[in-house]
Amino acid sequence: MTSGPASLLSAQVRAGERSAVEVVERHLDAVARIDPELHAFVTVLNDGAVAAAAAVDTVVAAGRDPGPLAGVPVAVKDNMCTRGVRTTCSSRILEHWHPPYDATVVERLTAAGAVVIGKTNLDEFAMGSSTENSAFGPTRNPHDPSRVPGGSSGGSAAAVAAGLAPIGLGSDTGGSIRQPAALCGVVGMKPTYGTVSRYGLVAFASSLDQIGPFARTVSDAALLFDVIGGHDPMDSTSLDRPAPRTATVVGDGVDGCRVGVVRELYEDAEPAVRAAVSAAAEALAGAGAVIEECSIPEVRHALPAYYLLAPAEASSNLARYDGVRYGLRVDAPDVESMNAATRAAGFGAEVTRRVMLGTYALSAGYYDAYYGQAQKVRTLIIDAFRRTYEQVDALLGATTPTTAFAIGDRVQDPWAMYLSDVFSVPSNLSGDPAISVPFGSDDAGLPIGVQVLAPALGEPMVVRVGAVLEAAAPPLGQPRLADRALLGGSSEPS
Amino acid sequence: MAERLTREDAAYVARLARIQLSEEELERYAEQLADVLEHAAAVAALDTEGVHPTSHPLPLRNVLRRDEVWPCLDRAVVLAEAPAAEDGRFRVPRILGEPL
Repeated sequence: MTSGPASLLSAQVRAGERSAVEVVERHLDAVARIDPELHAFVTVLNDGAVAAAAAVDTVVAAGRDPGPLAGVPVAVKDNMCTRGVRTTCSSRILEHWHPPYDATVVERLTAAGAVVIGKTNLDEFAMGSSTENSAFGPTRNPHDPSRVPGGSSGGSAAAVAAGLAPIGLGSDTGGSIRQPAALCGVVGMKPTYGTVSRYGLVAFASSLDQIGPFARTVSDAALLFDVIGGHDPMDSTSLDRPAPRTATVVGDGVDGCRVGVVRELYEDAEPAVRAAVSAAAEALAGAGAVIEECSIPEVRHALPAYYLLAPAEASSNLARYDGVRYGLRVDAPDVESMNAATRAAGFGAEVTRRVMLGTYALSAGYYDAYYGQAQKVRTLIIDAFRRTYEQVDALLGATTPTTAFAIGDRVQDPWAMYLSDVFSVPSNLSGDPAISVPFGSDDAGLPIGVQVLAPALGEPMVVRVGAVLEAAAPPLGQPRLADRALLGGSSEPS
Repeated sequence: MAERLTREDAAYVARLARIQLSEEELERYAEQLADVLEHAAAVAALDTEGVHPTSHPLPLRNVLRRDEVWPCLDRAVVLAEAPAAEDGRFRVPRILGEPL
């Protein structure tokens, strides 16, 4: 089992071989050199991160254990609250907002000895698949700076791919962790709904949103998931039971596991992506898994259903940005025109589109035909997955239909952009876990991701299958925009 | 299935959503929303007779905690983020008046 850069760094810091301050300063230095072009970060915590690292070193010096992520730099998507550090959601409406509390995941990172080095760029309020919808400008793909990193968690994916942080956090409402992970050539996992607290995650679509890890190895993703998972009384949708443990089973292999290859999750993908899925299935068979072709026709309805349900929930959640309690206000003589002028000035085009779409889908006369119908289709999809999992332990497919597309290519055509999520939204509708693992590249050298799905609380299964795929994956070229030393051997001091 | 969404529908929705849009923006959003809704029509046409709607992936019940006083955010800290505050409260422009 290969361990990842995060576990190596943590081991060195815990053993007193390297100081957390040195590790964090080394990463901040890489951010300073590379991020002006990459633009993975909205806010870099230069002073705060060094102070937090010094606190970790004090714990080590006192002979105590700072935790499993001791001194490990983390890139956190800028829709998770950080006390006193601005949290923008890459939106003008929250550009100067400083949350008065930490998200539960941020508290858990700190308690495990990790150091948040910055807040990463995203599509505004996590609505998008390219990070082009950020009010602060797009993030670039480290493998080809003329292309998108995917989205909405494109900043965290790009930061991890470029070596600026060994691990990162994203949120996944319709693929926003897995899709950018695939396009940037890193590992990204969407855990089971309810296993990671959403307290302090700025809400987009509350029945779909889930926080999860980015990492350069499956074992690091598992390590990070184990730190952030588990019940939280501050989130009423948090599962009231211990989260599954994953780091200890990553190396357990797939001998005897039944894995279904889902036709609807790869057949409309471009040829290089389809070939990667076939090669991934062969690799699993070679490791002892029993591979079965399978079809889940209901999955084809997931994307249109998602693009009614998610905007409907978003239109309700984003009603809170009214210029009254926090965030931007545009003055007007009465409160209604103040609300409308504030929201017009504060929201970008995609957020406006989704709020309008959701408002329409929920409005009198259309509720049953659109929102109510989409909720029933969600039931059909959940039932179809449940029947499939009576036959197999895990499912395999592509993460995305294409590799990274050019910046600007899809911004004028919302549906073409939404199609990036066609293979990832089914897991959000079902609430089940899924992981994207890099599996080779296309002719242009752009990364391809394959996806492993499992039933609820099947995180141990997705990391086991993911680790086997990782070990069998064709090599991926080094990103053009990256700190090569940190990528190659981040265990070595520079 | 509903008619194709019009500029007037977009104007109505923008008002419900409290977003002030120009004529040109209304035209553009009407077109884009109508295109997305055409894809949604496939879902609207499915036979879902007897299927229960899912609002949430978990079988949720109301989650209650013990009725105990917990520490909460300090009022001054919260109001520090407000665009306008006065006498310990949020300050807003006139609420009563002509409808939007």
